[in-house]
Amino acid sequence: MDFIIGHYNYWVVIFLMMAGFYTIISRGNLVKKIVGLNIFQVSVFMLYITMSTVHGGAAPIISEGVENYSNPLPHVLILTAIVVGVATTSLGLALVVRIKEAYGTIEEDEIHELDHSL
Amino acid sequence: MIDVIINVTLLAFLAITAVAIIRMSNLFAIIMLFSMFSFLSAGVFIVMDAIDVAFTEAAVGTGVSTVLMLATLALTKDQKEKQPVAHRPWLPLTVVIVTGSALVYGTLDIPPFGDPDAPAQTHVAPEYLERSIPETGVQNVVTSVLASYRGFDTLGEVTVVFTAGIAVMLLIGGRRRKEELEQPQGDPDDA
Repeated sequence: MDFIIGHYNYWVVIFLMMAGFYTIISRGNLVKKIVGLNIFQVSVFMLYITMSTVHGGAAPIISEGVENYSNPLPHVLILTAIVVGVATTSLGLALVVRIKEAYGTIEEDEIHELDHSL
Repeated sequence: MIDVIINVTLLAFLAITAVAIIRMSNLFAIIMLFSMFSFLSAGVFIVMDAIDVAFTEAAVGTGVSTVLMLATLALTKDQKEKQPVAHRPWLPLTVVIVTGSALVYGTLDIPPFGDPDAPAQTHVAPEYLERSIPETGVQNVVTSVLASYRGFDTLGEVTVVFTAGIAVMLLIGGRRRKEELEQPQGDPDDA
């Protein structure tokens, strides 16, 4: 039972990752692909934050009378990752808008048909 | 104990939202559900003591991402995802299940959630916690690491955001102006 509670977070995170991965590889709509990419991204954030948690620990703000703190390093890495993630999302969405203007569709199979690439 | 229950509930909600996103085909609903997903994850971050991450996720992940996606939806005017004619989910499902089981196999050796003796907790993290106040005078250790110890990292992050901003402007911004110059009337569809 302790093993299940101790690893529940990791397993849910992996489930979310795979949900995002499935959306990316199985759906043809480009906006939905980007949503899938974002789900994957957020679940990676959660994996890092899960590793940083300490039982009975406080948020890493030094104050008197507190001995136990969570690990601040994963928090810093993920702060950076969130902002970079939004930058890449906006770039992806700009590409989607551009593709829509060039091809008139954002469905992957229709784009391939127009390109005669499949 | 109570935070474990909140944690378990929030993560279950996240899983349900993710499945709902996969099953939906209305793009507006998908984006709204993603916004919810992001906000729920901010709640999980608060339960796991990562308040700075929760702030950023709630503001940037939930707010800015959703606005960007809605703007894309408005520009592409595509409201519904086209359902594939011959829907064969088996190949992607197999890939996902194999990858997922490999990852779960990898977690079996990981120290349990919240273990204070895990290698991640005993390596350099105590140094940062001890030396933050004497060396930088900042109480919030996340801030002192972000802006002081790893300041160059943050500079790199700004470079990435700047590059992405320029790329977006090149992709969408410049062409608009050129179109207006070439045909001053403008395409009636483009309104």
